[in-house]
Amino acid sequence: MMRLRLRRRDLVCQQAVELVTDYLESRLPRGDRRRYEAHLAGCPHCTEYLAQMRKTIELTGTLTPDDLTPQMQDDFIALYRQWHADDAGEPSPEG
Amino acid sequence: MDSGTDAQLLAALRAGDERAFVTMVQRHHAAMLRLASSFVPNVAVAEEVVQDTWVGVLRGIGGFEGRSSFRTWLFRILINRARTAGARERRTIAVGDTEAVSDTEAAVSASRFDGSGSWLSPPEQWIEEAENRLEAGKLADFLRTAIDDLPDRQRQVVTLRDLEGLTSGEVCSVLEISESNQRVLLHRGRSRLRQAIETGIGRPS
Repeated sequence: MMRLRLRRRDLVCQQAVELVTDYLESRLPRGDRRRYEAHLAGCPHCTEYLAQMRKTIELTGTLTPDDLTPQMQDDFIALYRQWHADDAGEPSPEG
Repeated sequence: MDSGTDAQLLAALRAGDERAFVTMVQRHHAAMLRLASSFVPNVAVAEEVVQDTWVGVLRGIGGFEGRSSFRTWLFRILINRARTAGARERRTIAVGDTEAVSDTEAAVSASRFDGSGSWLSPPEQWIEEAENRLEAGKLADFLRTAIDDLPDRQRQVVTLRDLEGLTSGEVCSVLEISESNQRVLLHRGRSRLRQAIETGIGRPS
């Protein structure tokens, strides 16, 4: 029996860019996933687009927080000491 | 200064190590400030919310048993306080799923496709240039600004997922939104960031 009837409705690029997040989140239904990957195989622009979305996520993840200013560090240490003093003064409700 | 997991820092904190507290504050400060800012009208109030959150964390730390991740717990406290402060400051903001996420915003402007939906103006190459700028320390500020420019709800989701590294389930729990809305907001936010980078540093291929 021949199973060559690829009943594939081809995706166009404008649809493909909307599937990227679902694809990366592994939330595309199997059929859509296949169609998306088939589209990528023949479309360098959408392949580049997917790479850029992956890079965007990676770059966002590399952002490190700015250092706290010395003033803010002092404020937070004061906050902590205040709590520590209060905490020592009265029994904790959690026991 | 940067070493230690949240769990290790938490243990040190309970043991009375104030440097552990400062390390922990520093680690989450930018994301907390960014999130708080989406609920309240100005930075001063957002900073109050962040401080207030840490007071809540210290008070509740004895009762925190690690059933949820520390981050989930931390950001839940933050969001609760930010909402309260936002209401007090009379800022009307969309929270939770009370406002439907409309499905009209395109990841890429329709003008960049032809009538059949194929690229007319394909993505400009920028990955290599972005890496160069990252190494030169010239990308971070640009990216922070782009994140700050996102619409509130997109910024909330992108901050928690991609900056703080929460799972989608944790984000839904913290923001009280459905999984599908979380994904739509994430998609929009990431798409806007990609476009911002392309516009900012891309070159025609």
